[in-house]
Amino acid sequence: MKSNFKDFFSERINGTKDWLEDVGKLDETVTKTHSEIRHTEHLINTLFEVNTPKKEKHVSSSFPISYYISAGICIVVILVVLIATVCSLPEFGVVNSQMKEVSDRYVQSGMKETGAVNAVAGMILDYRAFDTLGESFVLFTALNCVWILLRTNRSSVERYFPLTEDNILVQAAKVSVPVILVYGIYVIINGHISPGGGFSGGAILGAGLILFSEAFGDEIAGKFVTEKRFKVICSAALLFYCLSKAYSFYVGANHLDSIISTGTPGRIISAGLILPLDIAVGIIVCLNMYGIYCMFKKGRV
Amino acid sequence: MPFIINLPFFSVITCLIGAVLCSVFNDRNARRVCVVSIIIVIVFSASVFIQTASDGQYYHYVLGHFPAPWGNELRVGPLESLVCCGFGIILLLSLMGGDEYININVRREKRNRYFVLINLICVAMVAIVYTNDLFTAYVFLEILTLASCGILMIKEIGKTTIAATRYLILNLFGSGLFLFGIFLIYTMTGHLLMENIHEAIVLIVRNGNYDFPLTVACAVICTGLAIKSGLYPFHLWMPDTYAYSTPTSSAILSSFTSKVYIFLMIKIMFRVIGTDVEGMRNVMNIYLLFGLIAIIIGSVSAIKQHNINRMIAFSSTAQIGYIFTAISLSSVSGIAAGIYHIFAHSVTKSLLFISSARIIGVSGKSMAFHDLRGAAKRSPFASLMFTVGSLSMIGVPAFAGFSSKILISSAAAEKENTLSLVILVVLALSTILNTVYFLRTVINIYSTSKDSEKREKLYPEYVFASIMLAVLNIILGCYSVPVIKAITSGIELFI
Amino acid sequence: MEKISGHFPQIIAMILFTIGLSTLLLHRNLIKKIIGLNIMDTGLFLFITSVGYISDRLAPIIINGNTDPSLYVNPVPAGLVLTGIVVSVSVTSITLSLSYRLYKRFHTLNLDEIYLLAADEEER
Repeated sequence: MKSNFKDFFSERINGTKDWLEDVGKLDETVTKTHSEIRHTEHLINTLFEVNTPKKEKHVSSSFPISYYISAGICIVVILVVLIATVCSLPEFGVVNSQMKEVSDRYVQSGMKETGAVNAVAGMILDYRAFDTLGESFVLFTALNCVWILLRTNRSSVERYFPLTEDNILVQAAKVSVPVILVYGIYVIINGHISPGGGFSGGAILGAGLILFSEAFGDEIAGKFVTEKRFKVICSAALLFYCLSKAYSFYVGANHLDSIISTGTPGRIISAGLILPLDIAVGIIVCLNMYGIYCMFKKGRV
Repeated sequence: MPFIINLPFFSVITCLIGAVLCSVFNDRNARRVCVVSIIIVIVFSASVFIQTASDGQYYHYVLGHFPAPWGNELRVGPLESLVCCGFGIILLLSLMGGDEYININVRREKRNRYFVLINLICVAMVAIVYTNDLFTAYVFLEILTLASCGILMIKEIGKTTIAATRYLILNLFGSGLFLFGIFLIYTMTGHLLMENIHEAIVLIVRNGNYDFPLTVACAVICTGLAIKSGLYPFHLWMPDTYAYSTPTSSAILSSFTSKVYIFLMIKIMFRVIGTDVEGMRNVMNIYLLFGLIAIIIGSVSAIKQHNINRMIAFSSTAQIGYIFTAISLSSVSGIAAGIYHIFAHSVTKSLLFISSARIIGVSGKSMAFHDLRGAAKRSPFASLMFTVGSLSMIGVPAFAGFSSKILISSAAAEKENTLSLVILVVLALSTILNTVYFLRTVINIYSTSKDSEKREKLYPEYVFASIMLAVLNIILGCYSVPVIKAITSGIELFI
Repeated sequence: MEKISGHFPQIIAMILFTIGLSTLLLHRNLIKKIIGLNIMDTGLFLFITSVGYISDRLAPIIINGNTDPSLYVNPVPAGLVLTGIVVSVSVTSITLSLSYRLYKRFHTLNLDEIYLLAADEEER
C-alpha cells in the first residue's frame, strides 16, 4: 500500500516537474520573442524618427527656495498686520455699543413681531430671510455642480471591503439610525422654540441617511430614496420656500396685512411661516447632503 | 404706489423658480424655461429703468415687514436697472450664439443642469446689482462663483477640469478675504445695510478711533474683489479659464462674471465706504497703478500667443485694466467711463468668442494660428463678425471701443496733473499693441490658403445673436452721448 | 500685553487664518490646499463668533418671556456664521469632486505633474 502511494505521488511530482520545465521553456521563448520585438521597434523608431522619446521632464518635488522665502515673508507680514488689526478692535466679552441698535431690537421685539422664542431663528427666517433663501440655493448650486462632475451610469462600485459585511457597523446602525432620524426631526420641529433649526436638523437627518446607506447597502437605501422621489421632494421644498417667501416679501413691501398670524410664542404651531420654512430648509439640507454623498459613492442617487 | 416697484423682486423670484424647474425638466424644456426667464428679467428691468429715469429718483424696496437696518432691502434706481437690463441682454445673446455648441459639447443627460446654472448666474447678477445689504451681496457672490465654475466644467476634457480647479481655488480665496472685510466692517459699525454703514463710517472718521482696522478692511475687501475680477497680479487664471470651454461659457465668463464683481466693487467703494476715508484713497491709487500695468502686460502677453482663444483671453486682462483705471479716477465722469467700457467690452467679447468658435470649427478644430489661415473663405459670415469685434477692440471710430477710449481719456484729462499724462500715454501705447495682435489675426484669417471651400452651415440663432451684438456695438459707438447721459445721471442717484 | 490677553480668541482666529493661508500657498498636493481653505474659513468663523460674545450673558433664546436685551448675547453673528458654514461645506464638496475627477484622469494629485501631463496632451 505504502509503495503504491509512493509511486503514485512520485509519478505526479515528476509529471509536475516536467510540466514546469516545459512552462519554463515556454516562458524563455516568450521573453526572447518579447525582447526581439522591442529591439525591432527601437530600430524602426531610430530609423524613421517616429515617437522620439520625450525629453526627461524632471518634476521637481518642491518649489524653488526663493518661492519659500517670499511666501514666508508674506505670511509673517500678513500675520502681524492681522494681529495689529484685531487688537485695535473692542475687547473680547465687552459690550460693543455700536452693535446695540440692531441686536437689541432682535432680542426685545423678536418674540412679539415674529413669534419665535429663539431670537436667531427669528432673525434668519424673518428679519433677514433673503440671505437664508440665497443660502439654500448655494447648497442647490453645489449639488448641481457635483452632479455635472460625478454623475455616471456605471453599475459597479469599486470597493475593497463593502461596509455591509462589517458586523459591528450593522449592529450599531440598527440601534442608532432610528434614534438619529428621530432626533433630527425633533431639532427641526423645535427650531423656533429651542436651539436648533432647519440647518442643524437637516445636517443630522442627512448624517442619519448616510449611515443608513453605508450600513445596509445601496439597494435597500435606493428603494427608500429613489431618484425620482429625490428630485420631486427637493424641487417641491425649494419651490415652497421661494413662493412662501415671495408672498411674505410682497405683502411686506406693499404694506399689506399678512394672513399668517404669529400665534402664541412657545407652542410648536406658532411663529407664522417659520415652522414650515424650517421644515423645508431641513428637507433641502438633508437631501442635498445625501445627494452629494451618493454622487461620490456610486455616481447616481 | 405703482405695481412697477415690485418688478425687480419678481425678476429674482422668476429666475429662482426657473432654476428649480430646469432641474426637473428634460433638456429642450429646460432651455425654453431658461430663455423665458432671462427675457422676463430683461423686460422687467427695462420697464423699471423707464419708470425711474422719468421720475429721476431711486426708491427702497423693503423685503418683509421690517425696514432697514433690521430687515433686508433692495435699492432700485435708473443705473441699477440699466445695468441689469444690459447684462441680461448679453447673457441671452451669449446663450443663443453658442447654442449649437451646447448641443455638441454637453452630454444630453447633463444639458438641463447647464441651464439650471445659467439661471442661477442670472439670479445672482440681479441680486448683486439691486441689493442694499452687504451680506446678501456675499451670499449671491458665492452663488455666482460656484455657478461660473459649473458652466466652465461642463465640457468634460482634462484642460477644463484643471482650469476649473485653479479658478475655483483662487476665487474662493478672494471670497474668503471679502467675508473677512465684511466681518471687520460689522465689528466696527454694527450694521450690515449699506447706507447705515456709511453713516457709521463717517462718524468713525470724525472720531478717529478705528483708523487702522478701517484701512485694513478697505484693503482686504478690494483685494478680494480684485482677485475675483482678474486685475493684474491675479490674472493668471484667465487664459485657461476662457480659452477651452464651450463658447457660451467662455462668453459668459469673460464678458459677464468679472463685470458683476466690478459693479459690486463700485457700490462698496463709493456707497458704503466713500472717498473720505484715507485708506480708500490709497487703495484707489494702487488700483490705478495696477490697472495701468495690466493694460501693458495684457497686450504684450497677447502678442506672444499662438492660440486664438488664449489671445482673446489675454486681451481681456488689458480691458479689465482699462476699467479699473477709469474707476479709480474716482470722479463721476471716471465711473461713467468705466461703466460704459463694461458695456462695450461685454458686447465685443461675447461676439469675439462665439465667432471664433465657428472659425475654429471649420479649421479642423485647431486653435493655432497657422491652421486658421484662409478661414474667411470657409466661413465668411463668422469671419466678418470676428472682424467687427476686432475693429471695436482696436478702437476704430464708429465702434464702441473708440467711444469708451475717448471717454476714459477725457475723464483722465479732467484731472490736469502728470498722472493724466501718464494715463493718456499708456492708452495710446495700448492702442498700438491692440492693433498689432488683432489686425495680425484678421489678416491671417483673410489670407489665402489651400483649403478654401465654403463649409459653413449657418445656424439661425447664431446669426441673430451675432448680428444683434454687432448692432449693439455700433449703436454704442455712434450714439454714445445719450447712453453716457443716462449713466451719469444714474450715478448721481447711485452714490 | 493686556491687549493680547484681552483679545485672545480673535488672535487665535487670525493665527488659524494664517495657518490656512500658508497651507494653501506652500503645499503642492490638491487635498492639502482644500484643507487649507477650510482652516481659513474656520478662522474667520471663530473671529466673528468671538466678536458677538458678551461675558456672563446667556444664548439668545428667550427664557420665561424676559426680553431684556442685557441678559442675552448678540444674535447677529450666529446667523452670519450659519450662512458661512453652509457656503464652506458647498465649496468643499465641489473642490473635492474636482480633485476626484483630476485623479481619475491623471492618476496624481500633485498640481505640477497635472500641468505637465496636460501640456503633453496638448502637444500630442
